[in-house]
Amino acid sequence: MDVYLPIANLSVNGLVIVLLGGVTGLLSGMFGVGGGFLTTPLLIFYGIPPTVAAASAATQVTGASVSGAIYQHKRGGIDFQIGAVMVAGGVIGTGIGALLFKLLTALGQIDVAISVLYVVVLGSVGVIMAREAIPELFSGRLAKLGKTPVKRRHHPLVANLPLRWRFYRSGLYISPLAPLLLGMAVGTLTMLMGIGGGFLLVPAMLYVLGMSANVVVGTSLFQILFTTIATTMMHALTTNAVDAVLAALLLLGSVSGAQIGARFASDVRPELLRFILAMLVLMIAIRMAVGLTYRPEEIFTVVPL
Amino acid sequence: MTRRGRLVLRISALLGIFACTTAQRDPILVPEVSQHEVVVRQGFTGADLLLYGAVLQPDGTRASESASYDVIVVLKGPSQPITLREKRRRLGMWINADSASFRSAPSFYALASSRPLDDITDEKTRAIYELGLDWLQLSPIGGIDQQQQDHFARGLVDKRVSSGLYRQDESGVTISQGVLYQARIPLPSSVITGNYTAETFALAKGRVVASATSDIVVAKRGFERSVEVYSQDDPVIYGLIAVILSVSMGWIAGRLFANG
Repeated sequence: MDVYLPIANLSVNGLVIVLLGGVTGLLSGMFGVGGGFLTTPLLIFYGIPPTVAAASAATQVTGASVSGAIYQHKRGGIDFQIGAVMVAGGVIGTGIGALLFKLLTALGQIDVAISVLYVVVLGSVGVIMAREAIPELFSGRLAKLGKTPVKRRHHPLVANLPLRWRFYRSGLYISPLAPLLLGMAVGTLTMLMGIGGGFLLVPAMLYVLGMSANVVVGTSLFQILFTTIATTMMHALTTNAVDAVLAALLLLGSVSGAQIGARFASDVRPELLRFILAMLVLMIAIRMAVGLTYRPEEIFTVVPL
Repeated sequence: MTRRGRLVLRISALLGIFACTTAQRDPILVPEVSQHEVVVRQGFTGADLLLYGAVLQPDGTRASESASYDVIVVLKGPSQPITLREKRRRLGMWINADSASFRSAPSFYALASSRPLDDITDEKTRAIYELGLDWLQLSPIGGIDQQQQDHFARGLVDKRVSSGLYRQDESGVTISQGVLYQARIPLPSSVITGNYTAETFALAKGRVVASATSDIVVAKRGFERSVEVYSQDDPVIYGLIAVILSVSMGWIAGRLFANG
């Protein structure tokens, strides 16, 4: 099934794109991450221009996180107060991302920068995740699993920030600057990499902000939902790179995949899930690193003047 | 036709060429294109264009098989100013290093000829008429030296040849009975929209003796066109539509599966 993408300006096999969306949806359902970190690189490997890939993947992540966010809202899993601060940071972050995008494009290094970011961000997150997941997976002892019931203390750096607000649902009395900065950082990455950033947000909210665990997933979905919406708008306004047809194909796969994945997740041991996710993240990072260090097939790139 | 009749024809053909070369009269070239408009819309996977026509000697007779004209057809897409960047290994990574800019790089260039170009004509003629990938007039911007310029031009050609945007087929034109020629030129799905020109050249003894151009429009229509136009002219609405699309698809899927 050939589908012509009007913004990417080429025709692709529609089934491949739907399947790709399905796989990332499956992941997002299983692991509670948006799956953008998988979509963008796979689209680039498939031949979609990097900018279009990042922009359209962000649009897809929006759709993939909607039903999760609604579900979390129903069970009271969203701290709207801290969520709003983070979204505000996220919107500022997409603006910063757009400026960086312009700057790097002018320097002619945007594709290199995207690859380097992928290697650095996914590489470090993957290593941290693997280091936690592997002992868990192979020890198999319940005693070890239950050893840390999440020490609920925020990072000392956060405590040093001025101005303090009370966030009731998260059980925090901290400076709003901390969630704002976190939102900004993730927003910038969303704009540049087309990721939702769930796998960055969740650990950061737990271990840096010290939020109470029962609102972490919901609030991160809330933040992802609105930050990716802002990213779509920012891309539409600045890079004109949102391909609605590409996004629709990805969504078709990912929204159904997400539902199936959610069912899967309840049948599989969580430490196995975390291990698989860590391996996936590392694989993408390694693939990107290989792409950077080996002599590329295409030495030349053409950009319109 | 009797053997004598054929001989007469052949002689008259030879005389025709003689007349043409002595009296400097142009041969008659009648080019045609299978379609003057290529529509890019859903399901577009590229198109095959047929460039065909007839070449006759000035007196209206056909050239003999042995002394027929050489025919070269060139299909060119709109020219664009571009910057070409070259990756180099720095600090163990392949990053963009050198660059060169060209004012008029054709977005598409396909040449087909009846015989290898080297056999048909000399380099000077090829340079004048831009015949062949080695002779594209890219108009480099800024003062880069010739060697560097050639290096980048080759890079551009290699890149676009591998993506199907440039091609050179030196046996792509078939001439039947010394009169009718035809060439098939494939357009990949990644062609840009705009005005394309199809040029046809008839050559004899290494010189261009007749040429003609016709126009082909490659245009997006319908939904594909509205998407492109909308994304450029009304980015706010376009972005909102994309957001609504993704939110509603996610929401609907959630509802469907929750009930099912």
